[in-house]
Amino acid sequence: MSAPALAPPGGEDHVISVRGLVNRFGTQVVHDGVDIDIRRGEVIGIIGGSGAGKSVLMRSILGLQRFQAGRVWWFGQEVATLADEQRRSLERRVGVMFQDGALFSSLNVLENVMVPLKEHTRLDEHFIADLARMKIALVGLPPDAADKFPEQLSGGMRKRAGLARSLALDPEVVFFDEPTSGLDPIGAAAFDELVATLHEALHITVILITHDLDSVYRICERVAVLADSRVIALDTPEKVQVMDHPWIRQCFQGPRARMAYTQAQTLKSAATTP
Amino acid sequence: MVIAEFERLESEDGYVLRLKGDWTVAGLPAIEERTRDLHARERPVRIDASELARLDTAGALLLVQRWLGAQPWPPMEHLRPADRDLLELVGERMASPRPKKRRVYGLLPLAERAGIAAENATRQFLLLVGFGGQTLLTFLAILVGKRKLRWTSAVHHMERAGLDAVPIVCLLSFLVGAVVAFLGATVLADFGAQVFTVELVSFSFMREFGVLLTAIMIAGRSGSAYTAEIGMMRAREEIDAIRSLGMDPIELLVVPRVIALVTVLPVLSFLAVLSGILGGALVGSTELGISPGLFLARMQETAELRHFVVGLVKAPVFAVLIALVGCLEGLKVRASAESVGRHTTSSVVQAIFLVILLDALFAIVFMELDV
Repeated sequence: MSAPALAPPGGEDHVISVRGLVNRFGTQVVHDGVDIDIRRGEVIGIIGGSGAGKSVLMRSILGLQRFQAGRVWWFGQEVATLADEQRRSLERRVGVMFQDGALFSSLNVLENVMVPLKEHTRLDEHFIADLARMKIALVGLPPDAADKFPEQLSGGMRKRAGLARSLALDPEVVFFDEPTSGLDPIGAAAFDELVATLHEALHITVILITHDLDSVYRICERVAVLADSRVIALDTPEKVQVMDHPWIRQCFQGPRARMAYTQAQTLKSAATTP
Repeated sequence: MVIAEFERLESEDGYVLRLKGDWTVAGLPAIEERTRDLHARERPVRIDASELARLDTAGALLLVQRWLGAQPWPPMEHLRPADRDLLELVGERMASPRPKKRRVYGLLPLAERAGIAAENATRQFLLLVGFGGQTLLTFLAILVGKRKLRWTSAVHHMERAGLDAVPIVCLLSFLVGAVVAFLGATVLADFGAQVFTVELVSFSFMREFGVLLTAIMIAGRSGSAYTAEIGMMRAREEIDAIRSLGMDPIELLVVPRVIALVTVLPVLSFLAVLSGILGGALVGSTELGISPGLFLARMQETAELRHFVVGLVKAPVFAVLIALVGCLEGLKVRASAESVGRHTTSSVVQAIFLVILLDALFAIVFMELDV
């Protein structure tokens, strides 16, 4: 079973498009013809089992990793054909929150958030510091976290600080690599909430690489399923969960999935009925 | 991209602020610089956003910081609802400016900092002594069979710190030997005592240079490696994992490294002595007219075994020191890349300092003992 072939990517409506992506490590095939389109302004989840190549897909799209075949477009422009300068200006429109924040360990949180602003803008240092403090508040960190070093923060706070840094340049698209992994259920729910809020307020396109079904049901408008080295499904969570594929069945119809689903439904209905 | 601009339209009851262009991180620098002394004291009566192309958090922050101030805000015309939400979010999360911490200078704080530094140095030294004691106890426990000696690890470190270091140690000593011979010959030639170059090279290498050069090389090569290795393990919580699995990091990591260095440093020192003398002999035969045969004969005549023993006896002591300092600094590392670097530097500096200090003490002791 495979997703219907996608039309060639067109226009600014698709912020990111991938066609025929192939990734192999030695004899191990991770991707064999991955196609995906990400629409402007949506929250899309990319899910798949461990080792299905979720992170490899993200790294390939971001150009952090070479792939054997395939084409990638950012904002309607093919990445491989871009000159260095153009590419760098597009890169500023894409942010990434890495799994453990990937903060620079020799800088404190404030300095971490200031790095991209200092590097890419000609703004005054004081204003940059104010802006960075605001971003730190935006991701829900207390003001005194700004002076702390990454090693002094908890895992959840490090993720938030990493998010603040990825938002520094007001990107239009933000990748979240396993944002809720390693967080307790309350922390994870709070982080999902934060992602939803930022999506709403900053109008960012959110790409959520996850295996947390709670997050998928709570905030994703569409979900892409990576299995058998390709995208086997790309639709709303409600439609994907009833598809007939062994991995989807196992993933979406287990006890954990049912719980996540009912919980999300009650939350949604609670939100709509005042 | 259009550069951000604004226009101030005076009216009878105040002024209207008209926003133009891209109020984004890229378009902002010019007006940010121009409005630096505005602190939202004189607020507009109205905002006109009809010509505002784009707004991001940076633009919103500037607008709130320089013109709007705290809520309630003046009415805003033609502002897109999305931008209005953004402005409100930014206004709500904007941090109030905080006073900067200032460092105090003066005599008293200077004394205070000096005191803290001295206290710290003492504590580090005690820590090293304590760590040495702990390692010794673990070693004794191994001897009586209560703990295990990790042979694989010890041999592995012997190969890396010993065998792999042979070429560089030999080359270095060879070169220093040649230099000493040259230097000696130049000075001694004035007295017509060129042949004493043999004693100069052989004594200095057997008593001091052989072991000292090797110890410094090993401190830079293996001591730093120990710190970085153990430091990374510490940063990635591997040391905690070892403890939680009921194993002892000293037994597992420190003792094998100490044993490895104690074994290989004397051997390397011996090779360094040989290479140094070889270097001296080469210079002697090519430049000073002392044939290798004469060199050897004179060495046999003058050099006593005690010089050789005095030199080599220091090697195991230096080895223990280098290994302990390297491992201890590694265990002090905290979870940051910078910390690994700082402790690696500190490990090499400490090890070399202690080696030279101890060497000086040895020299005094041996002189008093008359050996």
